[in-house]
Amino acid sequence: MDLSSINPILLLASLMVAATPILLAALGELVSERAGVLNLGVEGMMITGAICGFAIAVETGSPVVGFAAAAAGGALLSLLFALLTQLALANQVASGLALTLFGLGLSALLGQSYVGIRPPATAKLDIPLLGDIPVLGPVLFSHDWMVYFGLALTLAVWAALKYSRAGLILRAVGENHDAAHALGYNVVGVRILAILFGGACAGLGGAYLSLVRVPQWTEGMTAGAGWIALALVVFASWKAGRVLLGAYLFGGVTVLQLNLQAAGVDIPVEYLSMSPYLITILVLVILSADRSRAPGSLGRIFHASR
Amino acid sequence: MTFTRLLTGAALALGMATTAIAEDKTKVGFIYVGPIGDGGYTYEHNQGRLAVEEHFGDKVETVYQESVPEGADAERAITQMALQGADLIFTTSFGFMDATVNTAKKFPKVKFEHATGYKRADNLSTYSARFYEGRSVLGVIAGHMTKTNKIGYIGSYPIPEVIRGINAAYIEAKKVNPDVEFNIIWAYTWFDPAKEADAATALIEQGNDVILQHTDSTAPSAAAKAKGDVITFGQASDMAEYKPEPRVSSIIDNWGPYYIERVQAVMDGTWESTDTWAGIDDGMVVIGEITGPVPDDVKQEALAMRDAIASGEYHPFTGPLNKQDGSEWLKEGETADDATLLGMNFYVEGIKGDIPQ
Amino acid sequence: MLRLDRRPQPSRLWTLLTPPLAVLVTMIVGGALFAALGKDPVVAIETIFWEPLFGEFAFYYRPQLLVKAAPLILIAIGLSLGFRAGIWNIGAEGQYIIGALCGAGVALAAYPSESWLIFPGMVLAGALGGWAWAMIPAVLKVRFGTNEILVSLMLVYVAEQLLASMALGPMRNPEGMGFPGSRNLQQYAPAHNAELIAGTGMHWGVAAALIAVIFSYVLLNRHILGYHIRLTGEAPRAARFAGVRPGRLILFCLGASGALAGLAGMFEVAGPAGQVTIDFNVGYGFTAIIVAFLGRLHPVGILLAGLLLALTYIGGELAQSNMQLPAAAVQLFQGMLLFFLLAVDVLVHFRLRWRRAEAA
Repeated sequence: MDLSSINPILLLASLMVAATPILLAALGELVSERAGVLNLGVEGMMITGAICGFAIAVETGSPVVGFAAAAAGGALLSLLFALLTQLALANQVASGLALTLFGLGLSALLGQSYVGIRPPATAKLDIPLLGDIPVLGPVLFSHDWMVYFGLALTLAVWAALKYSRAGLILRAVGENHDAAHALGYNVVGVRILAILFGGACAGLGGAYLSLVRVPQWTEGMTAGAGWIALALVVFASWKAGRVLLGAYLFGGVTVLQLNLQAAGVDIPVEYLSMSPYLITILVLVILSADRSRAPGSLGRIFHASR
Repeated sequence: MTFTRLLTGAALALGMATTAIAEDKTKVGFIYVGPIGDGGYTYEHNQGRLAVEEHFGDKVETVYQESVPEGADAERAITQMALQGADLIFTTSFGFMDATVNTAKKFPKVKFEHATGYKRADNLSTYSARFYEGRSVLGVIAGHMTKTNKIGYIGSYPIPEVIRGINAAYIEAKKVNPDVEFNIIWAYTWFDPAKEADAATALIEQGNDVILQHTDSTAPSAAAKAKGDVITFGQASDMAEYKPEPRVSSIIDNWGPYYIERVQAVMDGTWESTDTWAGIDDGMVVIGEITGPVPDDVKQEALAMRDAIASGEYHPFTGPLNKQDGSEWLKEGETADDATLLGMNFYVEGIKGDIPQ
Repeated sequence: MLRLDRRPQPSRLWTLLTPPLAVLVTMIVGGALFAALGKDPVVAIETIFWEPLFGEFAFYYRPQLLVKAAPLILIAIGLSLGFRAGIWNIGAEGQYIIGALCGAGVALAAYPSESWLIFPGMVLAGALGGWAWAMIPAVLKVRFGTNEILVSLMLVYVAEQLLASMALGPMRNPEGMGFPGSRNLQQYAPAHNAELIAGTGMHWGVAAALIAVIFSYVLLNRHILGYHIRLTGEAPRAARFAGVRPGRLILFCLGASGALAGLAGMFEVAGPAGQVTIDFNVGYGFTAIIVAFLGRLHPVGILLAGLLLALTYIGGELAQSNMQLPAAAVQLFQGMLLFFLLAVDVLVHFRLRWRRAEAA
């Protein structure tokens, strides 16, 4: 056992990378849940984003275009969910699960000719002076631009929900859709936009996996990241800042677990792998005790003529 | 068992029917555990299937089913192929063992081949590759190439197959570099690119500059590429997209020749139930091109090791060898028997850490 | 402008018409997909829907339909009770795993005893295991008001990790050459959930599923508890006035669905699957949620939905191995079927109408 071989600076830096895909997907899901829509199809949207981003990046040679395509792909898939749940008024839980199934199949089909290819590299942001700062430099300022995009998005979502008029309407729709409707807001329209945003973010998260973190395309490569993103939203009690914290915790436990193993620490791996989920449950219990709770209309079907 | 009789009857009837229609076409089925697009284990089995098609052309018809879950679903998939008139069925994952055994009982006229298992019958062969022979060759390269004397190893699950590979690589690495140290991470998955990337990153950040892997994705190579100055090896398939470095060589599962040989045997009517455990000399295990920063003398030494194993001159597990706890395992000049290797659940002396139980 | 008007009563006509309609639309769109992949769409559709039922080897596939549908139905019936009352157990997959582990645990602990008590003991342990796993979200919900959707979902991952460690550790077959996975219960007669009548696919799990369908039908239509469940789902406030105690209802609904999911896992591990392995669970717990909704949370509907889904699984496998259709295409096809089934459901409760656009 040699704990000294673990370098905390590098650990923190790789934690930020590990957390980015689930952070992006969770932010999107947060927005749609705040609008009162529970979309369990995150995994399907993520993997669709992963292949769309990968394919387009390979074809065009530009990761930026790839990420844009991933967002479009994820949003397009989520449009199916929006049509089902908002216009055809189908149950959200069942539709979300169907979406995951659909997305996994679709991505595998689209990706058949992209196995074993290396994507173009995503540029690292080289910030001249900041990157040289000892300790903080490598931790904070040596990543690819998507990591910063994720952080910026967190800030944007937080501010938009808290201070903007659009955020207020979104929250009103999520808390009580009947009241929001009575006030003259277009509940269905707001929700469709929120779902599309969720799909786009999930797509970006997926593309981060296939273009940066792994980077390659293989069937089923998200391997459950979408479900973790779902858990993250609850863990964060529907607050953007806490999503970031949660993503780092989740990413951190995994990275730390592997680092401890590499350092030869004798730990029961399978029990440590359970810990993020157990911690989430614990947090859920604590949160429910302090009366912080889910959006009032979460998962409920809205029909104007009620 | 009326059901068994019913099935057998149907199979017999069908067998006659198909032979009448397609006299010269041999139907060969493949059951895969993963998708053929996994770029690793299942991908290589499918390459073997394609090699069969290529070799026999019109004389053979191949069918496959991918992503078959273990258990009841596997048994149905295998039965289905037998019912549809397959003459020979390859089930390519350990988890299909009991399902294959059950199906083989129901269809005595159909030939079955199960990969990596240990249960046989008159119409059921087993086959597997001695991947540890390849690991020995990689071990030579790894031992020479490490500058930090720390070699990282990403294991999937703590099972004999993986433990054997770790031991084989360690023995050779230790011989060429007595200071070498293995750091092992158990990923508890065969395939989760993100986790594999994280594992590789963790190993690299702790100073391991050579990464060996027994999981199936190219993610560790990509992580090594990103970090620079680290070498990796392809697993299951060549992973040529990471040539010439960080991937400096690879162990390739080459099933094609075996599949062709067995299909030929069915065509000739000479098929018999066998237990094949083939290695480098039969071409089932192939060492991928040695590239990149590996100096020529190291490359020659590795190739010499490969040839010595192939010719039977050298056995990767030759004494004197002790187990991890220091107790004697193999005496001077003694080589390990296959039974011990198959069930290997201990590290050799020098490897640190415990195998998770 | 197309408008939806809520029907005063769900339409009986459309209740019966929508499922075939959805299947038909799926066949058309799916057929187009298969054609785009270069396969004959008619043959593909026929292989998926016709072959398993009436094809040459239907004698084998019909029983397999039962084997595949039984766990789906058993779990979905349990879930539907809670879903009707607005109690969302999404973690049946975890309860299924724990049920299987408990059931198999009894058998493996008893090995090699020949006592007839083993199988009943396994049934009991399986049901109890699933029940206990579901009690975690239930108690947290009752005691702290914690969201049961998420707790039950989280517990699926915990159960999966537990499964892996059991298959590699305590439950590993000592005669298995060190490979992961337990002894095969199919080869241990007192624990084997064998076919009750050879060649029919009828094992105890199928019997249990049928019993559950009948039981749930009676409960929902004839029993006061069923009435309370329906009332809570449809009019929570009224239910409170009618003297329904929500806490007890939550404990009952989650407990019942957990026990049934646990039973399904136990029957599966003792019968068709045979072993505790790392990848023992294949998603029945999640698919059952879809089955429950496709069956409109009605026991008979669930029975039919379970059989339909099993048909697409088996037919889809056939299409794969006969026509070399990619597994992904079959998955996509199933996704489509679910989408359409969910989408046409709107016609049951709503009337489509053309109206002139008007200010809201």
